Amino acid sequence: MSAFVAIVKRDLTLALRRKNEVITSVFFFVVVAALFPLGIGPEMNTLRLVAPGILWVGALLASMLSLGRMFASDYADGSLEQMALSPNSLSLLVAAKILAHWLLSGLPLVLLAPILGLQFDLSTDALWILTLSLLLGTPVLSLIGAVGAALTLGVRGGDVLLSLLVLPLYVPALVFGAGAVQAEISGLGASAHLSVLAALVLVAAVFSPWASAASLRIALES
Amino acid sequence: MIQKLFFYASPQNFYPLAGRLWPVFACLATALSVWGLWLGMFVAPTDFQQGEGYRIIFVHVPVSWMSMVIYLAMAFWALLGLTFNTRLSGMMTKALAPTGAICAFLSLWTGALWGKPMWGTWWVWDARLTSELILFFLYLGHIALTSAIDDPRRADKAGGILALVGALNVPVIYFSVKWWNTLHQGASVSLTKGSSMAQVMLEAMLIMGIAFWMYAVALALYRVRSIILIRERHTQWVADLPEVKAQMMKISAGGAKA
Amino acid sequence: MIWNSWNDFWAMGGYGLYVWGSFGVTALCMGVEMAWVKNARAQALTQVANELAAETNSKDWSS
Repeated sequence: MSAFVAIVKRDLTLALRRKNEVITSVFFFVVVAALFPLGIGPEMNTLRLVAPGILWVGALLASMLSLGRMFASDYADGSLEQMALSPNSLSLLVAAKILAHWLLSGLPLVLLAPILGLQFDLSTDALWILTLSLLLGTPVLSLIGAVGAALTLGVRGGDVLLSLLVLPLYVPALVFGAGAVQAEISGLGASAHLSVLAALVLVAAVFSPWASAASLRIALES
Repeated sequence: MIQKLFFYASPQNFYPLAGRLWPVFACLATALSVWGLWLGMFVAPTDFQQGEGYRIIFVHVPVSWMSMVIYLAMAFWALLGLTFNTRLSGMMTKALAPTGAICAFLSLWTGALWGKPMWGTWWVWDARLTSELILFFLYLGHIALTSAIDDPRRADKAGGILALVGALNVPVIYFSVKWWNTLHQGASVSLTKGSSMAQVMLEAMLIMGIAFWMYAVALALYRVRSIILIRERHTQWVADLPEVKAQMMKISAGGAKA
Repeated sequence: MIWNSWNDFWAMGGYGLYVWGSFGVTALCMGVEMAWVKNARAQALTQVANELAAETNSKDWSS
Protein backbone atom coordinates (compact mmCIF):
# COMPACT_ATOMS: atom_id res chain seq x y z
CA MET A 1 0.00 0.00 0.00
CA SER A 2 2.79 2.36 0.87
CA ALA A 3 4.37 1.73 -2.50
CA PHE A 4 1.10 2.74 -4.13
CA VAL A 5 0.93 5.99 -2.18
CA ALA A 6 4.61 6.66 -2.77
CA ILE A 7 4.23 6.35 -6.55
CA VAL A 8 1.18 8.63 -6.58
CA LYS A 9 3.03 11.24 -4.56
CA ARG A 10 6.10 10.91 -6.77
CA ASP A 11 4.18 11.31 -10.03
CA LEU A 12 2.24 14.30 -8.71
CA THR A 13 5.43 15.98 -7.49
CA LEU A 14 7.20 15.41 -10.78
CA ALA A 15 4.27 16.67 -12.83
CA LEU A 16 3.75 19.75 -10.72
CA ARG A 17 7.37 20.70 -11.35
CA ARG A 18 6.42 20.95 -14.98
CA LYS A 19 3.08 22.62 -14.51
CA ASN A 20 2.67 23.76 -18.06
CA GLU A 21 2.06 20.21 -19.31
CA VAL A 22 -0.92 19.89 -17.02
CA ILE A 23 -2.20 23.32 -17.85
CA THR A 24 -1.97 22.89 -21.61
CA SER A 25 -4.28 19.89 -21.73
CA VAL A 26 -6.81 21.72 -19.56
CA PHE A 27 -6.46 24.74 -21.79
CA PHE A 28 -7.10 22.48 -24.79
CA PHE A 29 -10.45 21.51 -23.31
CA VAL A 30 -11.41 25.15 -22.92
CA VAL A 31 -10.39 26.01 -26.46
CA VAL A 32 -12.23 23.07 -28.01
CA ALA A 33 -15.38 23.93 -26.10
CA ALA A 34 -15.16 27.41 -27.57
CA LEU A 35 -14.29 26.25 -31.09
CA PHE A 36 -17.40 24.17 -31.63
CA PRO A 37 -19.89 27.02 -31.26
CA LEU A 38 -17.73 29.02 -33.64
CA GLY A 39 -18.11 26.22 -36.13
CA ILE A 40 -21.78 25.49 -35.49
CA GLY A 41 -23.28 28.94 -35.00
CA PRO A 42 -24.46 30.90 -31.97
CA GLU A 43 -28.07 29.71 -32.01
CA MET A 44 -28.63 28.72 -28.38
CA ASN A 45 -31.20 26.02 -29.04
CA THR A 46 -28.78 24.12 -31.27
CA LEU A 47 -25.93 24.55 -28.84
CA ARG A 48 -27.97 23.30 -25.93
CA LEU A 49 -28.74 20.17 -27.95
CA VAL A 50 -25.15 19.40 -28.90
CA ALA A 51 -23.53 20.54 -25.65
CA PRO A 52 -23.28 17.14 -23.93
CA GLY A 53 -21.56 15.58 -26.93
CA ILE A 54 -19.19 18.49 -27.50
CA LEU A 55 -18.14 18.77 -23.88
CA TRP A 56 -17.64 15.04 -23.58
CA VAL A 57 -15.62 14.75 -26.79
CA GLY A 58 -13.56 17.77 -25.74
CA ALA A 59 -12.80 16.17 -22.37
CA LEU A 60 -12.02 12.87 -24.09
CA LEU A 61 -9.53 14.45 -26.48
CA ALA A 62 -7.91 16.55 -23.77
CA SER A 63 -7.51 13.47 -21.59
CA MET A 64 -6.07 11.54 -24.51
CA LEU A 65 -3.46 14.21 -25.26
CA SER A 66 -1.72 13.63 -21.96
CA LEU A 67 -1.69 9.82 -22.14
CA GLY A 68 1.71 9.65 -23.78
CA ARG A 69 3.22 11.23 -20.68
CA MET A 70 2.11 8.41 -18.40
CA PHE A 71 5.06 6.09 -18.90
CA ALA A 72 7.33 7.89 -21.34
CA SER A 73 9.59 9.82 -18.97
CA ASP A 74 9.99 6.88 -16.61
CA TYR A 75 10.82 4.64 -19.57
CA ALA A 76 13.39 7.13 -20.80
CA ASP A 77 15.30 7.48 -17.53
CA GLY A 78 15.11 3.83 -16.49
CA SER A 79 12.83 4.13 -13.47
CA LEU A 80 10.21 2.04 -15.23
CA GLU A 81 12.63 -0.89 -15.32
CA GLN A 82 13.32 -0.38 -11.64
CA MET A 83 9.61 -0.53 -10.96
CA ALA A 84 9.32 -3.73 -12.95
CA LEU A 85 12.22 -5.30 -11.06
CA SER A 86 11.03 -4.22 -7.64
CA PRO A 87 9.35 -6.71 -5.29
CA ASN A 88 6.11 -4.75 -5.58
CA SER A 89 3.49 -5.95 -8.02
CA LEU A 90 3.86 -4.01 -11.27
CA SER A 91 0.08 -3.88 -11.61
CA LEU A 92 -0.13 -2.05 -8.29
CA LEU A 93 2.48 0.48 -9.33
CA VAL A 94 0.78 0.97 -12.69
CA ALA A 95 -2.53 1.53 -10.89
CA ALA A 96 -0.81 4.22 -8.86
CA LYS A 97 0.48 5.90 -12.02
CA ILE A 98 -2.98 5.78 -13.56
CA LEU A 99 -4.45 7.40 -10.46
CA ALA A 100 -1.85 10.14 -10.59
CA HIS A 101 -2.56 10.68 -14.28
CA TRP A 102 -6.27 11.00 -13.59
CA LEU A 103 -5.70 13.46 -10.75
CA LEU A 104 -3.63 15.60 -13.09
CA SER A 105 -5.61 15.45 -16.31
CA GLY A 106 -9.04 14.02 -15.52
CA LEU A 107 -9.99 15.80 -12.35
CA PRO A 108 -9.30 19.34 -13.67
CA LEU A 109 -11.63 18.59 -16.59
CA VAL A 110 -14.34 17.47 -14.17
CA LEU A 111 -14.00 20.68 -12.19
CA LEU A 112 -13.93 22.85 -15.29
CA ALA A 113 -16.85 21.23 -17.08
CA PRO A 114 -19.72 22.97 -15.26
CA ILE A 115 -18.22 26.36 -16.06
CA LEU A 116 -17.90 25.47 -19.73
CA GLY A 117 -21.39 24.02 -19.63
CA LEU A 118 -22.70 27.46 -18.80
CA GLN A 119 -21.46 28.62 -22.19
CA PHE A 120 -23.97 26.23 -23.68
CA ASP A 121 -26.82 27.29 -21.44
CA LEU A 122 -27.23 23.94 -19.76
CA SER A 123 -29.61 23.77 -16.82
CA THR A 124 -28.29 23.26 -13.29
CA ASP A 125 -29.48 19.65 -13.24
CA ALA A 126 -27.76 18.98 -16.56
CA LEU A 127 -24.56 20.59 -15.30
CA TRP A 128 -24.62 18.40 -12.23
CA ILE A 129 -25.10 15.26 -14.30
CA LEU A 130 -22.36 16.40 -16.67
CA THR A 131 -19.92 16.74 -13.79
CA LEU A 132 -20.95 13.39 -12.37
CA SER A 133 -20.66 11.63 -15.72
CA LEU A 134 -17.18 13.07 -16.25
CA LEU A 135 -16.22 12.16 -12.70
CA LEU A 136 -17.12 8.55 -13.47
CA GLY A 137 -16.01 8.61 -17.09
CA THR A 138 -12.57 10.22 -16.97
CA PRO A 139 -11.13 7.41 -14.82
CA VAL A 140 -12.29 4.96 -17.51
CA LEU A 141 -10.44 7.07 -20.08
CA SER A 142 -7.25 7.05 -18.00
CA LEU A 143 -7.54 3.32 -17.36
CA ILE A 144 -8.13 2.30 -20.97
CA GLY A 145 -5.62 4.87 -22.17
CA ALA A 146 -2.97 3.35 -19.94
CA VAL A 147 -3.10 0.09 -21.90
CA GLY A 148 -2.63 2.00 -25.14
CA ALA A 149 0.19 4.09 -23.67
CA ALA A 150 1.96 0.93 -22.50
CA LEU A 151 1.59 -0.76 -25.90
CA THR A 152 2.99 2.20 -27.84
CA LEU A 153 5.85 2.94 -25.46
CA GLY A 154 8.93 3.98 -27.40
CA VAL A 155 7.31 3.30 -30.77
CA ARG A 156 7.90 5.72 -33.62
CA GLY A 157 4.91 7.97 -34.18
CA GLY A 158 3.59 6.75 -30.85
CA ASP A 159 1.29 9.65 -30.02
CA VAL A 160 -0.88 9.54 -33.10
CA LEU A 161 -0.83 5.74 -33.06
CA LEU A 162 -2.00 5.87 -29.45
CA SER A 163 -4.99 7.97 -30.42
CA LEU A 164 -5.89 5.58 -33.23
CA LEU A 165 -5.72 2.62 -30.88
CA VAL A 166 -7.56 4.10 -27.95
CA LEU A 167 -10.40 6.08 -29.54
CA PRO A 168 -12.50 3.08 -30.62
CA LEU A 169 -12.17 1.68 -27.11
CA TYR A 170 -13.40 4.99 -25.67
CA VAL A 171 -16.75 4.71 -27.44
CA PRO A 172 -18.74 3.04 -24.62
CA ALA A 173 -17.63 5.65 -22.07
CA LEU A 174 -18.51 8.43 -24.49
CA VAL A 175 -21.91 6.96 -25.34
CA PHE A 176 -22.96 6.51 -21.74
CA GLY A 177 -21.32 9.69 -20.49
CA ALA A 178 -22.81 12.07 -23.02
CA GLY A 179 -25.97 9.99 -23.04
CA ALA A 180 -26.41 10.55 -19.32
CA VAL A 181 -26.52 14.30 -19.79
CA GLN A 182 -28.88 14.03 -22.72
CA ALA A 183 -31.14 11.73 -20.76
CA GLU A 184 -31.23 14.27 -17.96
CA ILE A 185 -32.06 17.07 -20.38
CA SER A 186 -34.88 15.13 -22.00
CA GLY A 187 -36.31 14.24 -18.61
CA LEU A 188 -35.67 10.49 -18.79
CA GLY A 189 -33.26 10.45 -15.88
CA ALA A 190 -29.61 9.59 -16.02
CA SER A 191 -29.42 6.87 -13.39
CA ALA A 192 -29.22 4.02 -15.90
CA HIS A 193 -26.38 5.65 -17.82
CA LEU A 194 -24.49 6.53 -14.67
CA SER A 195 -24.85 2.98 -13.36
CA VAL A 196 -23.34 1.60 -16.55
CA LEU A 197 -20.52 4.14 -16.32
CA ALA A 198 -19.87 3.06 -12.74
CA ALA A 199 -19.76 -0.55 -13.92
CA LEU A 200 -17.27 0.41 -16.64
CA VAL A 201 -15.03 2.07 -14.06
CA LEU A 202 -15.06 -0.98 -11.83
CA VAL A 203 -14.31 -3.43 -14.64
CA ALA A 204 -11.60 -1.21 -16.09
CA ALA A 205 -10.06 -0.68 -12.65
CA VAL A 206 -9.72 -4.43 -12.25
CA PHE A 207 -8.41 -5.31 -15.72
CA SER A 208 -6.49 -2.30 -16.93
CA PRO A 209 -3.56 -2.23 -14.46
CA TRP A 210 -2.95 -5.89 -15.16
CA ALA A 211 -3.14 -5.51 -18.96
CA SER A 212 -0.98 -2.38 -18.84
CA ALA A 213 1.62 -4.13 -16.68
CA ALA A 214 1.73 -7.02 -19.17
CA SER A 215 2.16 -4.53 -22.03
CA LEU A 216 4.91 -2.70 -20.14
CA ARG A 217 6.82 -5.93 -19.62
CA ILE A 218 6.64 -6.56 -23.36
CA ALA A 219 8.00 -3.09 -24.03
CA LEU A 220 10.76 -3.49 -21.46
CA GLU A 221 11.83 -6.90 -22.75
CA SER A 222 12.95 -5.63 -26.12
CA MET B 1 -3.49 -35.33 -30.74
CA ILE B 2 -2.03 -32.54 -28.64
CA GLN B 3 1.44 -33.62 -29.68
CA LYS B 4 0.34 -33.40 -33.32
CA LEU B 5 -0.81 -29.84 -32.70
CA PHE B 6 2.45 -28.88 -31.07
CA PHE B 7 4.26 -30.47 -34.01
CA TYR B 8 2.61 -27.93 -36.29
CA ALA B 9 3.35 -25.07 -33.91
CA SER B 10 6.81 -24.97 -35.41
CA PRO B 11 6.95 -22.74 -38.48
CA GLN B 12 9.13 -25.31 -40.21
CA ASN B 13 6.40 -27.91 -40.01
CA PHE B 14 3.50 -25.57 -40.58
CA TYR B 15 4.94 -24.12 -43.79
CA PRO B 16 4.45 -27.26 -45.93
CA LEU B 17 1.10 -27.99 -44.29
CA ALA B 18 -0.17 -24.52 -45.18
CA GLY B 19 1.22 -25.06 -48.66
CA ARG B 20 -0.86 -28.20 -49.09
CA LEU B 21 -3.99 -26.78 -47.50
CA TRP B 22 -4.49 -23.39 -49.12
CA PRO B 23 -5.36 -24.76 -52.58
CA VAL B 24 -8.01 -26.96 -50.97
CA PHE B 25 -9.64 -23.99 -49.33
CA ALA B 26 -9.32 -21.94 -52.50
CA CYS B 27 -11.14 -24.63 -54.50
CA LEU B 28 -13.87 -24.87 -51.88
CA ALA B 29 -14.25 -21.12 -51.91
CA THR B 30 -14.55 -21.03 -55.70
CA ALA B 31 -17.01 -23.92 -55.88
CA LEU B 32 -19.19 -22.57 -53.07
CA SER B 33 -19.27 -19.05 -54.43
CA VAL B 34 -20.26 -20.27 -57.89
CA TRP B 35 -23.07 -22.29 -56.35
CA GLY B 36 -24.09 -19.49 -53.99
CA LEU B 37 -24.08 -16.87 -56.72
CA TRP B 38 -26.05 -19.16 -59.00
CA LEU B 39 -28.69 -19.62 -56.32
CA GLY B 40 -28.67 -15.98 -55.31
CA MET B 41 -28.64 -14.33 -58.71
CA PHE B 42 -30.51 -16.78 -60.90
CA VAL B 43 -32.82 -18.82 -58.71
CA ALA B 44 -33.86 -16.64 -55.78
CA PRO B 45 -36.99 -14.63 -56.60
CA THR B 46 -37.51 -10.89 -56.36
CA ASP B 47 -38.15 -9.61 -52.87
CA PHE B 48 -41.62 -8.22 -52.31
CA GLN B 49 -40.48 -5.14 -50.39
CA GLN B 50 -36.97 -4.48 -51.57
CA GLY B 51 -37.10 -5.45 -55.24
CA GLU B 52 -33.85 -6.63 -56.75
CA GLY B 53 -31.79 -4.45 -54.43
CA TYR B 54 -31.88 -7.05 -51.67
CA ARG B 55 -29.43 -9.21 -53.60
CA ILE B 56 -26.64 -7.18 -52.07
CA ILE B 57 -27.07 -9.31 -48.94
CA PHE B 58 -25.29 -12.12 -50.77
CA VAL B 59 -22.05 -10.20 -50.34
CA HIS B 60 -22.90 -7.81 -47.50
CA VAL B 61 -23.82 -10.43 -44.92
CA PRO B 62 -20.86 -12.74 -45.67
CA VAL B 63 -18.26 -9.96 -45.46
CA SER B 64 -19.82 -8.65 -42.25
CA TRP B 65 -19.73 -12.11 -40.71
CA MET B 66 -16.14 -12.58 -41.83
CA SER B 67 -15.04 -9.23 -40.41
CA MET B 68 -16.21 -10.44 -37.02
CA VAL B 69 -15.09 -14.07 -37.35
CA ILE B 70 -11.61 -13.00 -38.44
CA TYR B 71 -11.30 -10.67 -35.47
CA LEU B 72 -12.24 -13.54 -33.17
CA ALA B 73 -9.72 -15.76 -34.92
CA MET B 74 -7.05 -13.08 -34.39
CA ALA B 75 -7.96 -12.91 -30.71
CA PHE B 76 -7.78 -16.71 -30.50
CA TRP B 77 -4.29 -16.84 -32.02
CA ALA B 78 -3.29 -13.91 -29.80
CA LEU B 79 -4.40 -15.80 -26.70
CA LEU B 80 -2.54 -18.90 -27.86
CA GLY B 81 0.57 -16.90 -28.61
CA LEU B 82 0.63 -15.05 -25.31
CA THR B 83 -0.03 -18.25 -23.33
CA PHE B 84 2.39 -20.60 -25.08
CA ASN B 85 4.83 -17.99 -26.39
CA THR B 86 4.76 -19.56 -29.86
CA ARG B 87 6.13 -17.59 -32.80
CA LEU B 88 3.61 -18.98 -35.26
CA SER B 89 0.58 -17.57 -33.43
CA GLY B 90 1.82 -14.04 -33.94
CA MET B 91 2.41 -14.75 -37.61
CA MET B 92 -1.15 -16.06 -38.01
CA THR B 93 -2.59 -12.95 -36.39
CA LYS B 94 -0.52 -10.82 -38.74
CA ALA B 95 -1.70 -12.90 -41.71
CA LEU B 96 -5.36 -12.51 -40.80
CA ALA B 97 -5.46 -8.78 -40.08
CA PRO B 98 -5.45 -7.37 -43.64
CA THR B 99 -8.24 -9.68 -44.82
CA GLY B 100 -10.30 -8.74 -41.78
CA ALA B 101 -9.80 -5.04 -42.42
CA ILE B 102 -10.81 -5.40 -46.06
CA CYS B 103 -13.93 -7.36 -45.03
CA ALA B 104 -14.86 -4.62 -42.56
CA PHE B 105 -14.40 -2.00 -45.28
CA LEU B 106 -16.49 -4.02 -47.75
CA SER B 107 -19.18 -4.43 -45.11
CA LEU B 108 -19.38 -0.66 -44.77
CA TRP B 109 -19.27 -0.11 -48.55
CA THR B 110 -21.94 -2.67 -49.40
CA GLY B 111 -23.96 -1.52 -46.41
CA ALA B 112 -23.95 2.02 -47.73
CA LEU B 113 -24.92 0.87 -51.21
CA TRP B 114 -27.79 -1.07 -49.72
CA GLY B 115 -28.80 1.81 -47.50
CA LYS B 116 -29.06 4.40 -50.23
CA PRO B 117 -31.98 2.87 -52.14
CA MET B 118 -33.64 1.45 -49.01
CA TRP B 119 -33.34 4.29 -46.51
CA GLY B 120 -32.48 7.19 -48.80
CA THR B 121 -29.07 8.09 -47.39
CA TRP B 122 -25.58 6.73 -47.97
CA TRP B 123 -24.95 6.42 -44.27
CA VAL B 124 -27.25 5.69 -41.36
CA TRP B 125 -26.10 5.64 -37.77
CA ASP B 126 -27.61 2.21 -37.40
CA ALA B 127 -26.25 0.24 -34.44
CA ARG B 128 -24.73 -2.49 -36.57
CA LEU B 129 -23.17 -0.20 -39.18
CA THR B 130 -21.70 2.03 -36.48
CA SER B 131 -20.26 -0.97 -34.63
CA GLU B 132 -18.83 -2.18 -37.93
CA LEU B 133 -17.17 1.21 -38.42
CA ILE B 134 -15.56 0.95 -34.99
CA LEU B 135 -14.46 -2.61 -35.78
CA PHE B 136 -12.80 -1.23 -38.92
CA PHE B 137 -10.95 1.30 -36.75
CA LEU B 138 -9.86 -1.51 -34.43
CA TYR B 139 -8.40 -3.40 -37.39
CA LEU B 140 -6.59 -0.30 -38.64
CA GLY B 141 -5.21 0.31 -35.16
CA HIS B 142 -3.92 -3.24 -34.95
CA ILE B 143 -2.23 -3.06 -38.34
CA ALA B 144 -0.77 0.35 -37.49
CA LEU B 145 0.64 -0.87 -34.17
CA THR B 146 2.22 -4.06 -35.56
CA SER B 147 3.72 -2.16 -38.49
CA ALA B 148 5.17 0.57 -36.29
CA ILE B 149 7.13 -1.75 -34.02
CA ASP B 150 10.39 -2.91 -35.55
CA ASP B 151 11.12 -5.93 -33.38
CA PRO B 152 8.84 -8.72 -34.71
CA ARG B 153 8.46 -10.52 -31.38
CA ARG B 154 7.48 -7.33 -29.59
CA ALA B 155 5.11 -6.47 -32.43
CA ASP B 156 3.50 -9.90 -32.14
CA LYS B 157 3.00 -9.66 -28.40
CA ALA B 158 1.79 -6.06 -28.44
CA GLY B 159 -0.58 -6.87 -31.29
CA GLY B 160 -1.75 -9.87 -29.32
CA ILE B 161 -2.67 -7.81 -26.28
CA LEU B 162 -4.38 -5.24 -28.45
CA ALA B 163 -6.38 -7.94 -30.24
CA LEU B 164 -7.48 -9.43 -26.93
CA VAL B 165 -8.43 -6.07 -25.43
CA GLY B 166 -10.30 -5.26 -28.61
CA ALA B 167 -12.11 -8.60 -28.70
CA LEU B 168 -13.27 -8.16 -25.11
CA ASN B 169 -14.41 -4.65 -25.90
CA VAL B 170 -16.34 -5.46 -29.07
CA PRO B 171 -19.45 -6.74 -27.23
CA VAL B 172 -19.32 -3.73 -24.90
CA ILE B 173 -18.98 -1.38 -27.86
CA TYR B 174 -21.82 -3.09 -29.71
CA PHE B 175 -24.09 -2.92 -26.69
CA SER B 176 -23.32 0.72 -26.04
CA VAL B 177 -23.89 1.66 -29.68
CA LYS B 178 -27.18 -0.27 -29.69
CA TRP B 179 -28.25 1.62 -26.58
CA TRP B 180 -27.17 4.90 -28.17
CA ASN B 181 -29.05 4.11 -31.34
CA THR B 182 -32.40 3.05 -29.90
CA LEU B 183 -32.66 6.13 -27.74
CA HIS B 184 -32.15 8.47 -30.65
CA GLN B 185 -33.93 6.82 -33.49
CA GLY B 186 -37.64 6.22 -33.63
CA ALA B 187 -38.25 3.35 -36.00
CA SER B 188 -35.52 0.76 -35.80
CA VAL B 189 -33.98 -0.05 -39.13
CA SER B 190 -33.29 -3.69 -39.54
CA LEU B 191 -31.37 -5.38 -42.27
CA THR B 192 -33.88 -8.19 -42.58
CA LYS B 193 -36.98 -6.28 -41.67
CA GLY B 194 -40.50 -7.37 -42.32
CA SER B 195 -40.94 -10.52 -44.34
CA SER B 196 -38.92 -13.51 -43.30
CA MET B 197 -36.53 -14.55 -46.00
CA ALA B 198 -37.46 -17.12 -48.57
CA GLN B 199 -35.71 -20.45 -48.18
CA VAL B 200 -33.59 -20.01 -51.31
CA MET B 201 -32.36 -16.59 -50.23
CA LEU B 202 -31.28 -17.91 -46.86
CA GLU B 203 -29.55 -20.87 -48.47
CA ALA B 204 -27.68 -18.68 -50.94
CA MET B 205 -26.62 -16.32 -48.17
CA LEU B 206 -25.29 -19.12 -45.99
CA ILE B 207 -23.43 -20.72 -48.89
CA MET B 208 -21.83 -17.38 -49.75
CA GLY B 209 -20.95 -16.98 -46.07
CA ILE B 210 -19.07 -20.26 -46.02
CA ALA B 211 -17.49 -19.43 -49.38
CA PHE B 212 -16.03 -16.22 -47.98
CA TRP B 213 -14.82 -18.10 -44.94
CA MET B 214 -12.95 -20.59 -47.11
CA TYR B 215 -11.52 -17.70 -49.12
CA ALA B 216 -10.31 -15.96 -45.96
CA VAL B 217 -8.67 -19.15 -44.68
CA ALA B 218 -6.97 -19.77 -48.03
CA LEU B 219 -5.62 -16.20 -48.10
CA ALA B 220 -4.41 -16.36 -44.50
CA LEU B 221 -2.59 -19.66 -45.11
CA TYR B 222 -0.96 -18.30 -48.27
CA ARG B 223 0.02 -15.07 -46.57
CA VAL B 224 1.46 -16.74 -43.48
CA ARG B 225 3.86 -18.68 -45.68
CA SER B 226 5.43 -15.42 -46.89
CA ILE B 227 5.63 -14.18 -43.31
CA ILE B 228 7.30 -17.43 -42.23
CA LEU B 229 9.84 -17.11 -45.04
CA ILE B 230 10.90 -13.65 -43.94
CA ARG B 231 10.89 -14.34 -40.22
CA GLU B 232 12.78 -17.61 -40.47
CA ARG B 233 15.15 -16.55 -43.22
CA HIS B 234 18.22 -17.26 -41.10
CA THR B 235 17.41 -20.95 -40.68
CA GLN B 236 18.81 -23.86 -42.60
CA TRP B 237 15.45 -25.32 -43.53
CA VAL B 238 14.48 -22.13 -45.36
CA ALA B 239 17.78 -22.14 -47.22
CA ASP B 240 17.05 -25.72 -48.26
CA LEU B 241 13.60 -24.95 -49.67
CA PRO B 242 13.35 -25.64 -53.41
CA GLU B 243 11.66 -22.30 -54.17
CA VAL B 244 14.41 -20.40 -52.35
CA LYS B 245 17.11 -22.33 -54.16
CA ALA B 246 15.34 -21.63 -57.46
CA GLN B 247 15.29 -17.93 -56.66
CA MET B 248 18.98 -18.01 -55.82
CA MET B 249 19.66 -19.67 -59.17
CA LYS B 250 17.79 -16.85 -60.86
CA ILE B 251 19.91 -14.31 -59.04
CA SER B 252 23.24 -15.89 -59.87
CA ALA B 253 22.14 -16.49 -63.46
CA GLY B 254 20.76 -13.00 -63.93
CA GLY B 255 23.67 -11.34 -62.18
CA ALA B 256 21.72 -8.23 -61.19
CA LYS B 257 20.00 -8.32 -57.79
CA ALA B 258 16.25 -7.57 -57.72
CA MET C 1 -34.50 -18.79 -64.44
CA ILE C 2 -36.12 -15.63 -63.26
CA TRP C 3 -34.72 -13.11 -65.70
CA ASN C 4 -36.48 -12.44 -68.97
CA SER C 5 -33.39 -11.12 -70.66
CA TRP C 6 -29.76 -10.23 -70.00
CA ASN C 7 -30.74 -6.58 -69.97
CA ASP C 8 -33.08 -7.27 -67.08
CA PHE C 9 -30.27 -9.03 -65.27
CA TRP C 10 -27.87 -6.10 -65.57
CA ALA C 11 -30.58 -3.58 -64.70
CA MET C 12 -31.58 -5.45 -61.53
CA GLY C 13 -34.99 -3.80 -61.50
CA GLY C 14 -33.48 -0.34 -61.29
CA TYR C 15 -31.05 -1.23 -58.51
CA GLY C 16 -28.28 -2.07 -60.94
CA LEU C 17 -25.91 0.64 -59.73
CA TYR C 18 -26.13 -0.50 -56.13
CA VAL C 19 -26.05 -4.25 -56.72
CA TRP C 20 -23.22 -4.17 -59.24
CA GLY C 21 -21.46 -1.45 -57.28
CA SER C 22 -21.40 -3.82 -54.33
CA PHE C 23 -20.46 -6.97 -56.23
CA GLY C 24 -17.97 -5.09 -58.34
CA VAL C 25 -16.06 -3.49 -55.50
CA THR C 26 -16.07 -6.78 -53.59
CA ALA C 27 -14.64 -8.61 -56.59
CA LEU C 28 -12.13 -5.80 -57.08
CA CYS C 29 -10.98 -5.97 -53.46
CA MET C 30 -10.67 -9.74 -53.63
CA GLY C 31 -8.65 -9.48 -56.83
CA VAL C 32 -6.39 -6.81 -55.37
CA GLU C 33 -5.84 -8.88 -52.25
CA MET C 34 -4.94 -11.97 -54.23
CA ALA C 35 -2.50 -10.02 -56.36
CA TRP C 36 -1.04 -8.38 -53.27
CA VAL C 37 -0.53 -11.71 -51.53
CA LYS C 38 1.15 -13.20 -54.60
CA ASN C 39 3.42 -10.18 -54.81
CA ALA C 40 4.25 -10.46 -51.12
CA ARG C 41 5.40 -14.03 -51.65
CA ALA C 42 7.56 -13.05 -54.61
CA GLN C 43 9.11 -10.26 -52.57
CA ALA C 44 9.70 -12.58 -49.63
CA LEU C 45 11.45 -15.13 -51.83
CA THR C 46 13.58 -12.42 -53.43
CA GLN C 47 14.56 -10.95 -50.07
CA VAL C 48 15.44 -14.33 -48.60
CA ALA C 49 17.40 -15.40 -51.67
CA ASN C 50 19.30 -12.10 -51.79
CA GLU C 51 20.30 -12.36 -48.16
CA LEU C 52 21.43 -15.96 -48.55
CA ALA C 53 23.37 -15.11 -51.69
CA ALA C 54 25.05 -12.23 -49.87
CA GLU C 55 25.99 -14.56 -47.02
CA THR C 56 27.49 -17.15 -49.34
CA ASN C 57 29.38 -14.46 -51.23
CA SER C 58 30.80 -12.97 -48.06
CA LYS C 59 31.85 -16.44 -46.94
CA ASP C 60 33.76 -16.85 -50.23
CA TRP C 61 35.52 -13.57 -49.62
CA SER C 62 36.65 -14.44 -46.12
CA SER C 63 38.06 -17.85 -47.09
